[in-house]
Amino acid sequence: MSADTATQIHNIGYRTYEGPRLGRAYARRSLYSQSLRGAYGLGRSAKSKVLPMILFAVMCLPAAIIVAVAVATDLDDLPVDYTRYAIVMQAVIGLYLAAQAPQTVSRDLRFKTVPLYFSRPIERVDYVLAKYGAMATALFVLTGAPLLILYVGSLLAKMDLSDQTLELGQGLVSVGLLSLLFGGIGLVMAALTPRRGFGVAAVIATLTITYGAVSTIQAIAIEAGSTGAVKWLGLFSPITLIDGVQTAFLGAATAFPGGDPSAPGAGAGAVYLLVVLALIAGSYGILMRRYRKVGL
Amino acid sequence: MIATESLSKRFPRVTALDRLSLDIGPGVTGLVGANGAGKSTLIKILLGLSPATEGRASVLGLDVATSGAAIREQVGYMPEHDCLPPDVSATEFVVHMARMSGLPPTAARERTADTLRHVGLYEERYRPMGGYSTGMKQRVKLAQALVHDPKLVLLDEPTNGLDPVGRDEMLGLIRRVHTDFGISVLVTSHLLGELERTCDHVVVIDGGTLLRSSSTSDFTQATATLAVEVTDSDACPDGTSALREALTAAGVTLHAGFEEGLPGAGHILLLEASGEETYDIVRDAVAELGLGLVRMEQRRRHIAEVFRPDAAAARPEGAARPADNAMEVQAR
Ligand SMILES: Nc1ncnc2c1ncn2[C@@H]1O[C@H](COP(=O)(O)OP(=O)(O)OP(=O)(O)O)[C@@H](O)[C@H]1O
Ligand SMILES: [Mg+2]
Repeated sequence: MSADTATQIHNIGYRTYEGPRLGRAYARRSLYSQSLRGAYGLGRSAKSKVLPMILFAVMCLPAAIIVAVAVATDLDDLPVDYTRYAIVMQAVIGLYLAAQAPQTVSRDLRFKTVPLYFSRPIERVDYVLAKYGAMATALFVLTGAPLLILYVGSLLAKMDLSDQTLELGQGLVSVGLLSLLFGGIGLVMAALTPRRGFGVAAVIATLTITYGAVSTIQAIAIEAGSTGAVKWLGLFSPITLIDGVQTAFLGAATAFPGGDPSAPGAGAGAVYLLVVLALIAGSYGILMRRYRKVGL
Repeated sequence: MIATESLSKRFPRVTALDRLSLDIGPGVTGLVGANGAGKSTLIKILLGLSPATEGRASVLGLDVATSGAAIREQVGYMPEHDCLPPDVSATEFVVHMARMSGLPPTAARERTADTLRHVGLYEERYRPMGGYSTGMKQRVKLAQALVHDPKLVLLDEPTNGLDPVGRDEMLGLIRRVHTDFGISVLVTSHLLGELERTCDHVVVIDGGTLLRSSSTSDFTQATATLAVEVTDSDACPDGTSALREALTAAGVTLHAGFEEGLPGAGHILLLEASGEETYDIVRDAVAELGLGLVRMEQRRRHIAEVFRPDAAAARPEGAARPADNAMEVQAR
């Protein structure tokens, strides 16, 4: 009897769905925007907003201070180049990536949600593109926002409009490349380690150890007087790769020890660019492989 | 709905499916098999997620090898394992999954609300799923498989981990998926007993091969086992033997097998229920003898038991029969 009444309560008439089914491209876009929002904790618990929002604020704060100083003291040029800003702030970018890359991919792996995606029209390519795109966009927002603040400030301080616009453009291209490179590396690390803690540690370790090693050996090379070696050593860490590319092609001053003489020229710069593109493609390839067997 | 033709799936060390040919029509179909029989493997091939080593399969008339995406648009899948992130509410999760199936945002929200209500989740659907009971989690998993109104759902062990009441509720729900929602169902289990009450048709596989495929009425009539336990009375000091005689006289087939390890197993009679009338015969016999009926229940049997009589019958004359069959008391 009780089963009957229960059934009756449930039984409020099933409605079939005759509306549109928007298919793969729509599903991919939905996953992209959901993941991008998730990378800033939007649409999630208050707790998950705290860290990304703090890091975003920390990233923008120096730019805001620079702008305030530039406007107040009527500077002719910004004290920090657009292309240098991300390099100076690389620790914040690294922390953000370490925190948000695992949250973007490891959750679905750890809670075995991935098979639910692949049992729908969405395919592996769509999943990987959406996640990679979301991570890179989130990084681009993080690194691009302070550049926009600097740009607005430079206009308020009545600096040269065309110079500033060109430099902003160069800066945005540089952080765009950085976002793709870092996003790929972060996601690969996170996707290979379903435990969130390991993912965080792996991302931080990859970024700091490579950068620490490269800059130490570069400093030693300078001591030994071999500026040629400095130029090539930069190939071995993500941030120095970006430095090399932007020095060669985006009008940036190098942050390598030794300054201009150790900066890669067009030839070495091409190698830097190729390595960056290969790493981006490689990250994509590894992610595709990673999801090949998931849930099967 | 589903057709396979000599479908095989070989992994490096095991053959999960071995030239399996099936033809499954609309309605609720049970896919029964022991652990490792190849049930989940079959489902993954049907979803177009895992290529068959050999043979062909089609779902809703679409070839799994070439039309995977089109199949997945019209099919729902409930995996056997946990798949729910604990820090998200059922509503958020199912809405997201609806959009992954291609439903526009508004439709996704409306259908999520409807579907969660249909599977029996109400206020709790706004709470994070980490705090749900197993029964509630299974309902959410079912809801995400139904939210896009598929033509067919593939449910992999939906009663896994549920207590008897939870099982019955889940099975009732599955029945309604077909009768009320008009969605065909393929549901797996390693318990034949629970599926034969829910399904129109049962397919039994073992070691990747087809053991049997038939409508459930065949199974029930041939094999339903009823367990009856009675008290003794002053008139009948041994109520169990008295009832056994009475039932034998009434033409009921009794198994003399005992259930091992159960307290008082010797007092439980196992008999074959050939239909409704068996229940009446038992009731009347118990009443006539003036005994107390402690229990009368249908046994959930492991799939292997069902095939023992068949296997024994197929054996050449003179071959040893399994002990429990040898002890069978045949009615005249
Ligand atoms: N990816 C795989 N690689 C190798 N062997 C596999 C793989 N997946 C399944 N198998 C094997 O194939 C056989 C069938 O597995 P399957 O998961 O289909 O069984 P099942 O009927 O679903 O069992 P269960 O009731 O335990 O869920 C098993 O022997 C299993 O070990
Ligand atoms: Mg299985």
